[in-house]
Amino acid sequence: MILYTLRRLALIVLLLWVMSVLLFAITQVLPGNVARMILGQFATADAIEAVETKLGLKDPLAVQYGRWFSNLIRGDFGQSLIMERPIGPLLSEALGRSAILACLSFVLVASAGILLGVIAAVRKNRPVDHAVSVFSYLGISVPEFFWGIVFILVFARFLGWLPSAGYSPLDEGLWSWFSRLIGPTLTLTFTLIAHISRLTRSSMLETLRSRYVLAARAKGLPERVILFRHALRNALLPTITVLAIDVGWLFGGIVVVETVFAFPGLGRLVAFAIERRDLPLIQATLLVITAIYCLANLAADLLYAALNPRIRYARRTS
Amino acid sequence: MPAGPPEPGARRRLPGNLLAGAALVLVIAAAALVGPWVAPFPYDEFHIRDRLKAPDAVYWFGTDEYGRDVFSRVLAGSRISLFMGVAATAVSLFCGVALGLTAGFFRGRIDEWLMRLMDLLMSFPPVILGLLILAVTPPSLWKTVLAVGIVYIPAIVRVTRSVTLELAQEEFILAARARGENAGYILFREILPNAWPPIIVEASLRVTFAILLGAALSFLGMGAQPPSSDWGLMISEARSYLDQAWWMAVFPGLVMCLTVVGINLLGDGLREWLDPRLRHGGA
Repeated sequence: MILYTLRRLALIVLLLWVMSVLLFAITQVLPGNVARMILGQFATADAIEAVETKLGLKDPLAVQYGRWFSNLIRGDFGQSLIMERPIGPLLSEALGRSAILACLSFVLVASAGILLGVIAAVRKNRPVDHAVSVFSYLGISVPEFFWGIVFILVFARFLGWLPSAGYSPLDEGLWSWFSRLIGPTLTLTFTLIAHISRLTRSSMLETLRSRYVLAARAKGLPERVILFRHALRNALLPTITVLAIDVGWLFGGIVVVETVFAFPGLGRLVAFAIERRDLPLIQATLLVITAIYCLANLAADLLYAALNPRIRYARRTS
Repeated sequence: MPAGPPEPGARRRLPGNLLAGAALVLVIAAAALVGPWVAPFPYDEFHIRDRLKAPDAVYWFGTDEYGRDVFSRVLAGSRISLFMGVAATAVSLFCGVALGLTAGFFRGRIDEWLMRLMDLLMSFPPVILGLLILAVTPPSLWKTVLAVGIVYIPAIVRVTRSVTLELAQEEFILAARARGENAGYILFREILPNAWPPIIVEASLRVTFAILLGAALSFLGMGAQPPSSDWGLMISEARSYLDQAWWMAVFPGLVMCLTVVGINLLGDGLREWLDPRLRHGGA
């Protein structure tokens, strides 16, 4: 297990390095001159020359990459071109806000998705099941940004219960902080809850047909024990792998949802960086997102191995 | 939708699935084809005096901030969205099938490298990968199509590869090899015709992903550009007018949902129809 984890970590480091090369390559093919972007359209040739020398844009590519990469290792992401602030603090602020959003969403997805799936499986072909089916079909078919808009229209514009967008720090009051998280969280989770509940339902149905569930029933165990102690444990295995993939979805979704709700998190920062062609910011944000995504995948694989006694990576690798 | 254990209802529900999907898709496709001729107004015509009008008998879906007819724009948008979905899927289908056949048939080092490359592609969240591809150059529609297509190549490669691996063990392939047929003949005349069904099913499901991803990228300003009437772009433009004109966002969104539901139903129906093993169970 430890060996496997280490190998996977090494792979992630490799992947991140490849990513850093790719991101650096993007800087080079991007049309337009970085110095001109900093100085504006009407800069003189001399000024551009000076900035290029100062930023080391005239050095050979390998040297430039080496400098950028060694700064990166030391945690220095450089300076945002548009906002003219160091990227490190920008990134950590945005990451903190998005982390709250992502954790809330993940907990909600895991609990509500699995619960709905189990209910649908137990009440198969009853009205509850059909309701969950319709709900999940809608969730899968409708893009997050549209749900976000519908949410704003209904709860902010027509009902007036919630603020429509933005973010307010925790020290300005718990409700004003929390009320601005509800919309993005629900929007982010809707598709994923649908996804997870569908999956849980079908794997639960399969498990409930298995012989050991029949044996448990024959023993006369209470239905609740059968469901939660026997069936659910096994039925959850595929769900857990998919939950990990969904963390990736969550990050894709965060870009869209944070844009809809004007929520100043990591996703908004990525969208902003790409929109304004702020190269250092693009590089830093995308690298961070990839890293988080890889780690989430690793966590899920390890969890899967821990829960499934048939898979023990350590034995195979040593 | 998974139908549970084999039961009499399972067989009957199947055509309904397929037919409802096909009907919806046909309507949308028809709208995309004849849209410009049946639309009440040109999609980019300004009616400055009728700005932000609520839906009425003249403007069925209302008007936007320039007084353009939302109904006509939604109609015109169906063409862009369907084109985006189908063209992007074609891109991933073309590359994915070629790579998948190669990996599955020749095995060995090529297979290893290709699959690692696919793992690399899949290690990015789709929207992020799309953004990454589009971040390089100024946005335009065909670049979005290409980006969305690239994002979904790995899925097609995986399906094609696994089918190819399976088929390569079949006796008729062994027979072809024994006859001394060359690899090209075996791949394209023997394996490919038998590999189509699962690939087509996968592709039909990808179309909706492609439409949604394309719309999301347009929504983020990385896809279709104004004044075009892509649904994602329309919803993005509507954001500034949510307080005055809900119809600007709601109608394109609803039509997009109908399209995606239609294609999903069609895809699920196709899957059940083409692959009897999946008729019960499976997600």
